[in-house]
Amino acid sequence: MNAEPTPITYRQALNDTLRAELTRDPNVILLGEEIGKFEGSYKITAGLLKEFGPERVRDTPIAEEGFVGAAIGAAMLGLRPVVEIMTLNFSLIAIDQIVNHGAKIYGMFGGQTPVPMVIRFPGGGGQQLAATHSQNLEVWYAHVPGLKVIAPSTPADAKAMLTAAIRDDDPVIFLENLALYNTKGVVPDGEQVAEIGRAAVVREGTDLTVITYSRGTLIALEVARRFADEGISLEVVDLRSLRPLDRTAFCQSVRKTSRAVVLEDDWLSYGVGAEISATLMECAFDYLDAPVRRVAAAEVPLPYAKPLELAALPDGEDLARVVREVLAATGFHS
Amino acid sequence: MSEEVQDARQLTSYYAQMVLIRRFELVADQMYKRARIGGYCHLNLGEEATVVGLMAALREQDYLFTTYRDHGYALARGMEPGRVMAELFGKSTGVAKGRGGSMHMFDAGLHMLGGYGIVGGQIPPATGAALALAYRTTAGPEAGAVLCQLGDGTTNIGAFHESLNLAAIWKLPIVYAIVNNRLGMGTSVEAASGEPDLYKRGASYRIPGERVDGGDPVAVRQAAEAMLTQAREQRQPGLLELMSYRLKGHSVVDPAKYRSQSEVETAQAADPVPAFRARLLEAGVLTEEAAREIEDDAEEKVGAAVAFAENSPDPAPSELFDFAYAQDVPNAPRALPGDPLEVEP
Repeated sequence: MNAEPTPITYRQALNDTLRAELTRDPNVILLGEEIGKFEGSYKITAGLLKEFGPERVRDTPIAEEGFVGAAIGAAMLGLRPVVEIMTLNFSLIAIDQIVNHGAKIYGMFGGQTPVPMVIRFPGGGGQQLAATHSQNLEVWYAHVPGLKVIAPSTPADAKAMLTAAIRDDDPVIFLENLALYNTKGVVPDGEQVAEIGRAAVVREGTDLTVITYSRGTLIALEVARRFADEGISLEVVDLRSLRPLDRTAFCQSVRKTSRAVVLEDDWLSYGVGAEISATLMECAFDYLDAPVRRVAAAEVPLPYAKPLELAALPDGEDLARVVREVLAATGFHS
Repeated sequence: MSEEVQDARQLTSYYAQMVLIRRFELVADQMYKRARIGGYCHLNLGEEATVVGLMAALREQDYLFTTYRDHGYALARGMEPGRVMAELFGKSTGVAKGRGGSMHMFDAGLHMLGGYGIVGGQIPPATGAALALAYRTTAGPEAGAVLCQLGDGTTNIGAFHESLNLAAIWKLPIVYAIVNNRLGMGTSVEAASGEPDLYKRGASYRIPGERVDGGDPVAVRQAAEAMLTQAREQRQPGLLELMSYRLKGHSVVDPAKYRSQSEVETAQAADPVPAFRARLLEAGVLTEEAAREIEDDAEEKVGAAVAFAENSPDPAPSELFDFAYAQDVPNAPRALPGDPLEVEP
């Protein structure tokens, strides 16, 4: 018998997966700022330059539009570039290439040339990086047909979803989160390939559904454990994929629990929760006992000062409060 | 075959291609005005020699990326005129199955990897295509290279500079060919560029540049070939500036009132198509009769292209989501406006 596998960090899971895919497929190359000699701003690519050399682990100048676009062109010729952008914020410099080109080339040219590439970057605030370095703009990409946008919340998903993304024939935006890199979890050995476009019920419950993704999943699970102590049963749906969106998964959950709260890292207006809520209006209207509520970031450029940052970002206390409000509104007693 | 005869055949074929492009664009202009063609429509009128010279330098193994002014490149790279016209008509027989239109000619088999509608948008992907070639193949006379065509106005956008820098530090087999038709829409090169000698703009990246008369297909071919050879064999990127002129407005609907009458007259006097014709007649490469035959043939081909496009089927609304993704994915949206969301019970 093997011993129980040791939990590893989300960071390690990404590093292991990049190594495995570089080993498996010579068409896989990595591109990005400081991914080689510096070993990655967040050390996701540690050791890979030494192992695979500068042709395959390619440091780029600070030129996001240039190197993201170059990855698109390389993908058109059949390479499978995995691009690291230091944070989501800097992806805005490359947005013309991502939205006007990466997302369009396959469909606009009549399905002749796929663009198999991955663009990885962390979103997330809470590190006192101030307004320009703390944004959660995943819906900008999730809005765009032609892209696939995925956001794993656990080391196991990080592995299986990154593997799937690299092997996928479309451009995949792979959203990480600064707050997740050091989180740990058990990762199954051997090849794991997730199905992109599927959500997961990560905790079953009967009284209320929390719908969330990425960092929010960890918060929701923690809050659900606390409510369980009071005899209140929360179901947690981890969206995992923002485009395509697995509407069926959370609609079925809410039809069962009759109550829904969305926990999202982005700003409230026009955010992920807006899409979820509108879907629930259509798929679960007759099942709902209370209006759907959203727990999202305060709509300000995120300030540097810690008390202001804490006030602006959604956390477990915010979620727990809103869950109680929804339960109370429906006369729920455990 | 003697070199002279071979040259004569080559020159004749350049003239035939130039005439085909000229005829095609004149008819496209008519078809646009008859509402057979929608959207934007940018013509290569006046740029035929540049287009044909560049395409003559390109080999089968090479890759091409262009701007949205791309009909001539599509034809000279070998796309069927009927399928190019069908693309303009938005028909399912078009080179991009009617998904792209005038600005987005594409043929993967011919390595024509797209006309691009966003100014500068093609430059980073073209650079990446060169990266893929460099990654996969070794430099040498048979190696592939990339030709990235762009307009004069494009040399002011960041993507141009970022791409040249990448090509220089990574030593990529690519030639950036600026078609300098003197105007970015209505703004002159001098008004828009701190360095209006555009071929010098590679200097910051130690990329050699050269300016060539874009009205002479032979000069264009020779200069492009020399740079492509450097790219294939030495992995030395190059920057070529072709001095050209568009005879009409920026697009079909632009009356080009920002140009003076004398400017237009000068341009018309230098029209490369009749100029090349006269040159070939004078050199005895073509007879008047042979020239007319070429011109009649072009007229016939373009007429057949229009008929093919007219008779081709429109894409069906049921095909709307056919190219949503290259790889199927669960939960991909397929709702038409007003459709209920697709959610399983």
